[in-house]
Amino acid sequence: MKRSQIITFKIDGQDIAAREDETILELARQNGIRIPTLCYLESVTPWGGCRLCMVEVKGTTRLFPACMTYPQEGMEVSTVTEQLTTYRKQVLDLLFAERNHVCSVCVSNGACELQGLAYELGMTHVGVPYLNPSLPLDASHPYFGLDHNRCILCTRCVRVCDEIEGAHTWDVMGRGVDARIVADLNQPWGEAISCTSCGKCVQACPTGALFEKGKSVAEMQKRHEFLPYLALMREGRDGDSEQ
Amino acid sequence: MSNKTKLATVWLDGCSGCHMSFLDIDERLVDLAQLADLLYSPLVDHKTFPDMVDVTLVEGAVSSEEDYEKIQKVRAHTKILVSLGDCAVTANVPGMRNPFKVAALYERAYHENAQLNQQIPVQVIPPLREMSVPVHQVVAVDVFVPGCPPSADTIFFVLTELLNGRKPDLTGRTRFGA
Repeated sequence: MKRSQIITFKIDGQDIAAREDETILELARQNGIRIPTLCYLESVTPWGGCRLCMVEVKGTTRLFPACMTYPQEGMEVSTVTEQLTTYRKQVLDLLFAERNHVCSVCVSNGACELQGLAYELGMTHVGVPYLNPSLPLDASHPYFGLDHNRCILCTRCVRVCDEIEGAHTWDVMGRGVDARIVADLNQPWGEAISCTSCGKCVQACPTGALFEKGKSVAEMQKRHEFLPYLALMREGRDGDSEQ
Repeated sequence: MSNKTKLATVWLDGCSGCHMSFLDIDERLVDLAQLADLLYSPLVDHKTFPDMVDVTLVEGAVSSEEDYEKIQKVRAHTKILVSLGDCAVTANVPGMRNPFKVAALYERAYHENAQLNQQIPVQVIPPLREMSVPVHQVVAVDVFVPGCPPSADTIFFVLTELLNGRKPDLTGRTRFGA
């Protein structure tokens, strides 16, 4: 399937010329319009799970995830409204309350995308009671650690491991509030034989859930700018090229 | 008594870092002293909370029975209550004990990690509540100032705004874990 018709539509009043096969989020980014997101990662399949990139479209009361919605001719999209800001803060409220995000003692303090969004949206406190779950930390891997206390289940690690590294070490087990990231068949990470120790999951993780061992508070900087290049280089290797 | 704003600060379950950051305002404290009188604080000698205070800064989470009673008394005698710092706002480090039972904490602190006089204190040290919680889970809070600790500049900004009758807008000034 190849669509390449050029259409025009609007994001926040700005005229945008677009190919039909680009999402609203991608087009916004290309045009310098920032839409908050936590689960989107350039170069891997969008998941639409975090609900932070929800946008309004004129003519309907339904909200759309920008990372999974394609524009249509004449569409008018709003990315910042009072309603959207309220919903985004509610999403952050629930994320902070669901696990134990203690920013002050986190390896990713100062470089965390969750913390950064709370700052950006002017969040001053969490409005719902904290769940304070008892969660483990997996330090069985020789180079990396997984702290479930900081995980927001964005599944970036799952997708980057499956789609770019091709190992599919990570997956999600359980449902709802009991959902957990698991390595292989719910084994300690260090015993997961499919793991190549490439570390892409660590770099893709938006919080301090995945980290390099030896990094202390506020020392963990994530870099995933290289992933799109890697994805581009590997395109077509599995025979799934569009050509 | 002067017409200055009546200010108080309270220290619940925190490390006193927020109070240290408050002192870090340095010579600008002199400016603040023109606008406010500090009536009650760990930094001054008054033993009882005054009848009515305009602004109270609260550092720390609500962790013990003493904290729980104190914060309700403070709320009843304060016009504008400010949650100062991550412990007051999120429970932060004190809240890291919440996944454990209190009995297990006492066991770890007073038996496993004690070499002399292994005993759980029943006098002087106030009993812990089941959970260490943010101040706003116990009483209504008017202003939230996240940060671990909030910087001296942030605290100075908050106080200057409040002492001049404005509600501080902290967007872009401080964050969780700052």
